[in-house]
Order: sequence, then C-alpha cells, then structure tokens
Amino acid sequence: MLLSAAIWIPLAAGVLVLAVGDRSPFMRWIALAGALLGFLVTIPLYTGFDAASSAMQFEEMKPWISPFNINYHLGVDGISLLFVLLNSFITILVVIAGWTVIETRTAQYFAAFLIMSGLLNGVFSALDAVLFYVFFEGTLIPMFIIIGIWGGPNRVYAAVKFFLYTLFGSLLMLIAMLYLYSKSGGSFAILDWHKLPLPLGVQIALFFGFLFAFAVKVPMWPVHTWLPDAHTEAPTGGSVVLAAILLKLGAYGFVRFSLPILPDASRELAWLMVALSLIAVAYIGLVTLVQSDMKRLIAYSSISHMGFVTLGFFIFNAYGVEGGLVQMISHGFVSAAMFLCVGVLYDRMHSRAIADYGGVVNTMPKFATLMMLFAMANAGLPATSGFVGEFMVIMGAMKTGFWLALVAATTMIWGAAYTLWMYKRVIFGVVANDHVAKLKDLNLREVIVLAALAIAVLWLGVYPLPVTEVMHASVSDLLRHVAVAKQ
Amino acid sequence: MNATLLVDHLPALPEIVLLVGACALMIFDLYVKHEGRAASAAFAQVVLYLCAAATVFVVWGSGGNKYILFNGLFVADLMSHLLKLVCYLAVSAAIVYSRSYLADRGMLRGEFMSLLLFSLLGMMVLISAASFLTIFLGLELMSLCLYAMVALNRDSATSTEAAMKYFVLGALSSGLLLYGMSMIYGATGTLGINEVASEVARQAGSTADRSFLVFGLVFVVAGIAFKLGVVPFHMWIPDVYHGAPTPVTLVIGSGPKVAAFAMAVRLLVNALPVLAPDWQQMLAVLAILSIALGNITAIAQSNLKRMLAYSAIAHMGFMLLGLLSGFVQDNWLNRTDAYGAALFYMIIYAVMSVGAFGMLIFLSHAGFECENLEDVRGLNRRHPWYAFLMLLIMFSLAGIPPTAGFYAKLAVFQAAVAAGHVWLAVVAVLLSLVGAFYYLRVVKLMYFDDPVGASTVRTQPVGRLVLSANGLFLLVLGILPQTLMLLCVAAVERL
Repeated sequence: MLLSAAIWIPLAAGVLVLAVGDRSPFMRWIALAGALLGFLVTIPLYTGFDAASSAMQFEEMKPWISPFNINYHLGVDGISLLFVLLNSFITILVVIAGWTVIETRTAQYFAAFLIMSGLLNGVFSALDAVLFYVFFEGTLIPMFIIIGIWGGPNRVYAAVKFFLYTLFGSLLMLIAMLYLYSKSGGSFAILDWHKLPLPLGVQIALFFGFLFAFAVKVPMWPVHTWLPDAHTEAPTGGSVVLAAILLKLGAYGFVRFSLPILPDASRELAWLMVALSLIAVAYIGLVTLVQSDMKRLIAYSSISHMGFVTLGFFIFNAYGVEGGLVQMISHGFVSAAMFLCVGVLYDRMHSRAIADYGGVVNTMPKFATLMMLFAMANAGLPATSGFVGEFMVIMGAMKTGFWLALVAATTMIWGAAYTLWMYKRVIFGVVANDHVAKLKDLNLREVIVLAALAIAVLWLGVYPLPVTEVMHASVSDLLRHVAVAKQ
Repeated sequence: MNATLLVDHLPALPEIVLLVGACALMIFDLYVKHEGRAASAAFAQVVLYLCAAATVFVVWGSGGNKYILFNGLFVADLMSHLLKLVCYLAVSAAIVYSRSYLADRGMLRGEFMSLLLFSLLGMMVLISAASFLTIFLGLELMSLCLYAMVALNRDSATSTEAAMKYFVLGALSSGLLLYGMSMIYGATGTLGINEVASEVARQAGSTADRSFLVFGLVFVVAGIAFKLGVVPFHMWIPDVYHGAPTPVTLVIGSGPKVAAFAMAVRLLVNALPVLAPDWQQMLAVLAILSIALGNITAIAQSNLKRMLAYSAIAHMGFMLLGLLSGFVQDNWLNRTDAYGAALFYMIIYAVMSVGAFGMLIFLSHAGFECENLEDVRGLNRRHPWYAFLMLLIMFSLAGIPPTAGFYAKLAVFQAAVAAGHVWLAVVAVLLSLVGAFYYLRVVKLMYFDDPVGASTVRTQPVGRLVLSANGLFLLVLGILPQTLMLLCVAAVERL
C-alpha cells in the first residue's frame, strides 16, 4: 500500500490543485501538503526495508488488464527504493521553490509537478513492463507542458524536441517489450524476463531497442542534444525535476531492463557503452567549458556526470555499479541545487548569461556561500556527495583498465575547471553593473530549500553508508545475474 | 404462429425499432414548427435509446449466442451488438453536438435527422449481414444517406464538390465490391457467408482452380479498402472530410468506419478464412502505405479537418495491422488476440474521432468555422477545460499513455509482433512517431501560444456534459481498459 500511496497521493493532490484553481488562497498549501504527504509515506519504505535481501519488497500485485496478462505490480529493491525517496524529496523543494516565482497559471504549474512526481514514483516501482511504460511515457505530458508554458523564449522548440526525441526512444522500447512478451509465453512481468533465455543475436537486437529509449533519457552522446535546449528553456522547477529525476529514468532502465534481461548482449556491447560514456565524460566536459549561459553549462555538466553513471554500469563490478548509483543520487541533489541557484539569480535579474554577472558575493553573501558548496560538489571535491560516486566509478574502471580510468578521471579536471570558472565569473570580482548592485540576498524560503540540499550533499559526502548499504544486496545479486550467460 | 414469428425475429429487434422510429420521425417532423427542432432531436434520441435498450435486451436474452435469421441473411452475434452500440453512441453524440451548429447555418431541416437514422439503419444491416446480398443492401442504404448529408449545405461549392466526389467514388467502390462478390459467387455458387466459407474450404481440399476466387478477392479487398479509406483508395477522404459540414464529417468519421470494419470481418474472416494468406498480404501493403501516407501528409495540413482526415487514413492502417495478424503459419492461434485488437482499435478510434470533430463543432459559432489550426490558438487561456479535453483527445490519437489510444496501439502492435510481423510493427511504430508531431502541434497551439481575437464558445450545458464525458472516457479507459478489452475478445471469440 505504501508504494501505491507514494504514487497516488501526489497525483490526487495535483488533480485537487487543478480543481481549486488559481484564485483559491489554499491552492499552494494543498500542493505543499500533497508533496509533504507524498514524502512522508516513502519514509516507512526506507525504515522498513530489509537491506540484507535483494528481493523485491513492499510488493503489490493486482490483475489490471487480464487479456494481456498485465498486472498492477509494484515493488522496490535496494536500487529503486532510493529513487522513490529522492523524487519525493525533490518534489517538496520544487513546490517551495515555485511558491511566488510563477505568476501565470499557477495552479496548472503545481499540478503538473505533483502529477509528474506521482508518475515518476510509478516508473521506479513498476514491476510490470506495460505499467512501467505507461508511467515512463506519462511523464512526457506534464514535462512537455511545463517546458512549453513556463519556459523561456525558445520554449516551444525545446518542448517539441524533448517530446519527439524521448518518444522516438520509447516506441522502439515498446516493440522490444512486445517481442519479449511473445517470447516469454505471454508475460509482461519484468522479473520473469530476467530469467528468460535468449539467443545472442536476439539479445543484441533487443539491446538496441532498449538502448534508444534509455540513451535518449540519460542522455548519452550523441542523442543528448535535446537536453541543453530543454534545460535552458524550462522554468527553474522544470530544470530541477528534469536533471534530478527524469535523467535517472534512463540509467535506471539500464539496470532494470538491459543488464539483467540481456546480460550477454550487455557484455558483448560493453565496449560501445563504455566508449559512448567516455565521450560524454571527456568531450562534453570540454563543451561545458565554453558555455556562456549558466543553465546550459549545468545542463552539459549533467550529461558529463551521467556519462559516469553509464560507465559505472558497463564495467560490471560492484564499485562501478554502486558508484554509478551513488552518482545518480548525488547528481540528483547537486544538479537540483545548481539549477535552483541559477533560478535564484534569474528571478532577480532575468538573465542567465554569465557575462551579465560579476561580484555577486558583495551583495548576496549567504547565496555565495551556499553556491560555493554546490559548485564544489559539482566539481567532485572530497567530503561532498559528488566525490563519492566519481571516486567509486574510477576505482571500478581501474580494475578494468588503466587507460579507461585515466580518461574517466579527467572529469575531475574538467569538472573543477568549468564549475569553478563559472563560479568565479559570476560571484567574485568587482560588482559588474547596477543590477548586480541592487541584488537582495536570499529570503527565508530560498534558504530553506538550499539548506536542505546542502545538508543532503554534505551528509552523502561524509557518510554515504546509509545509501550504499541499502543497495548492496541488490547490486551484488544483479552482478551475479549478469555474469551468467543465458543464451 | 405469430408468437413464434416474433420470437424468431427477436434478435433483429433493434433494426425493427429503428426502422419504425425513423419512419415515425419523418411524419412527426412535419408537425414541428420550431426552428431549433428540439422536439425532433429529442424524438431521435428516444429512438436511439430504445434501439440501445433493444440491443441490450437481445444480448441478455440470447446470452451472447449467435443467431442467424431471415434464411441466412442476417446474423446477430456479440460483435454485431457491440458495434451497434458504438454506432448508437456516435449518432447520439452527433445529434447532441450538431443541433445548434446546424441551426445557426440554416441546415437543420427534418431531413437531417431522418437521413441520419436511415444511414444508421444501413450501418446496422451491414454490421449484421450474413450474406453478400445484405452486405450490399446495408452498404448502399448507409452510403446513399451519407451522400445526401454531405450535400446538406447545398449553396456551398465545397460541400457540393465533396458530395459529388463521395458519390462517384462511392459508386465506383460499390461496383468493385459487387464485381468481386460476383466472382466469388461464380466460384462457389452461393451468397451466404457461411456457405461460401465451407465451399471454399471444400475446394481448397481438392485440386480446383483457385484463380477465380483470388481474382474476386482482389476486388472485394479493394471495395473494403475504399470504404475504410486506406491508401491507395483514400482519395475521397480528405475532400469529403473537409467539404462536408462538420457534424456530417463527425458521422462519416465514426459509424460508417465501424460498419466498414464489420464488413471487412464478415467478408474476409468469416467468408474467406481459407484465403487468409492471400488477403493478409494485401492488407499488409495497404496498412503500411496508409500509415505512411496518412501520417506524413497530415503534417502538411493547415486545415484541422483535413489533418484529421489524413489521421483517419493512418488510423485505419493501424487497425489493419490487427486484422492481418490472425492467421500465422497454418494456425489460427493468434486469431482472438488479433481480431480483438482490431475491434478494440476500431471502437477507440470511433470515440476519439467523435470527440475531435465534436470539439471542432463546439468551437465554431454563427459565422465562424473552427477548422484551421490557427483557430485553436491559445485555447488554454480562453477555455482551459476544453483545451484539456482536446489535449486528451490529441494524446489519445497519438497513442501516448495513459490514454485509451495507447492500449489500442499496444494491442495491434502486440498482435503484429505475435504474428511474427516484427518489421511491420517497427515501421508502423516509427511512423507513429511522425504522427505524434502533428497532434503535438495542436497541443502546442492550444497551450503555448497566445489567443488571437476573442472568440466565445456557446454555452450548451448538455453538449458540454457529453463532450466532457467523451474526452474523459478516453482517460478513464486509459487507466482501466480491461472491461472493453474483454468485451472485444469475447465478441471475436464467437465470431
């Protein structure tokens, strides 16, 4: 019941917000209550979770569409649990961050985020492929609307690009799923597919079917081009959810579908995945360096960081996979925080161009301090969450090959370079212009949001055990499964 | 004797009720003085409800068994009942949506309702046909009424042109169908669908020459393709959809398509199952061409009615994917799944099409036709609720979950993949991505752009309610599709 609650409470709150409409004074409070309640019901998931077991927990199973043997089947293991928590947590921050900033069609804005939050929880807890697909695709609609209505000047282009790119990927995945359904004798249960023997040729074809869907979402080079556009044009809340949660769908898909269902193809094509990941890490790292728009810069840095995640998954050792997962969680916090920081500036100056800023520290000291922390985390400084995941993946890569690890490790340099350079240009120096001179420091609402993220970033950096211990059993089970050929 | 006569013909009760009702309406309408014709509309609605009640009564009384009446001319089975109910719904919605639209334009004469009901009768006869004779009878009754309805706006050049095109091409397609039927009659010596099936099966066992049959089959498939409007027999669709008054387009886009689907099932699945390998290949070509041409050409349309016309062509192609997947490698194991999927697709499409054209009727008012893409610009600012309904309809047409359109596509793709047509499914899926673009453009115009000029939507409480139900139905069915799917499966199991 907890998982259903985590899905349906935000959804119901979203519909309620739509129903009461813009004019109601309670609208924002209903949204906040829905988000808080949605987060509260996920806490027992963590406290009641048996970390020693790799099995699905909190399972719910009801027949849904019996002619196709499709079930409303939910459950979480050590991998998906963390994302349900992350998503529900970020939703609260997004609601608070949008409290006064959004002026047009506010009810629709909050409703879109709450509905999306529910759908995302559904993606992470679905154990039936069609249920997964419905949630996976369902997230497109609110995100399309969020970018298209509240985005920047070029929002329509970005929204349509986002929609069509991701739809293209998912449709191929749908065919792959239908193929698996017919091969497995009429079952859409993901866990049944894990055990399904498949010849290598078929596995490779299916791998590419899934690859498009997940690679577009991650996004991996070279299908990443929708992301900078979507991020730049999305409102702050949209960017936060996009970076913190939506990007995780693709990586999660690799862990849930590609690796366990198609282990032989995954090993066979690991070189390709590793190569694409390294290009994302190294090449996109360089591309990030030259961005002049803050949001674009963070968007590119997201691609580079997500490259680390996919790299970790396809080197097939515990350090790599766990590092990748930690990196996903950490990136959820750090990128959310970075986009919120840019949002704070954008709300005051209505510009995202680095060149319009300079010397912000003189007028916004509190903000400069918090942003410093997040910038460091983005650069992967030890004692922040960014370090843990990257370090684990580099360790894992070292086991596979020295040169691999060397290329991967360049991210430490690029990450520091682009983040700190941007930070320096925006925050330090003399006050650049009158607008900067008139800036007001953070208000209480913004402090709460950023402080919550700062605590999360530091906690995960100093003491990541609560996260890694939950995933440990599931990850080692996954790796054991992948190591065995199933053709 | 009289009692048994009545009981024997009870399964045809809905048709009897409708015929009596339609005739009564013609007389009743003479006494209606009011311009708005509220009384006639109410009368027609009551007739439809009675028909629906009769159909439900027949289902309940027959327990879903198959009955063949009138010396093998008429069949009453679960599929026919289900499709008839869909047709009632479509026609009933058409009357609700269109009354003020037609009244504003001086087109609301008594003929509209009578023609509508008679064309519905034609659809029902077609749906329940058990012989080539009844198929043709139903087809002509339906089509002739529709030709007249397209020309309802007799002073409009586009309407007249559309009616002319529709009539000439419709007559041609009837001719093709008739020619094909005569060939099959020549080869088998019978007109009854079940008799044809057993005769063809007998011949297949012997060394008889098949070329006569296959020759006839080609023409039959062409006739069906004309009526469904699939490429390369689709030319009339855009012009007729565009030229006809929107309420008539709504009717043409729903009921007759459902009836044409029934005709395809009767002629191909029931009468010529032995030739399945032949006609499945033909349908595969038609399906892929329709999906490709429909979706690609729709992008270039700036007129919403034309865009929906091309989208109709594409959708019929998707539906055919189900119809062509029943017979795989010498067995019929995939039969229920495949035909159930096609039936499900057809029903969902009818609901979506009624909703989409209903929305266009609603957004039009006296002196203003909502038919260009520009006309829905900024709808979310003016009428958020209508914009939301239209969004549901568009996403459903595009096949995005959680709307009903997704399950319709899922079902036909599943049928195609299970039948081993993986490449067909992949191509269809990629083309449906192309389709998503133009549906998305409508959503984009409604939600992201600012409105031009202030247009109003007429307050029509009943229409608003029905339209809301129509749109929300797609969402509800998207969350709980099971009941309808089971019904469709049950309907084709006893085919």
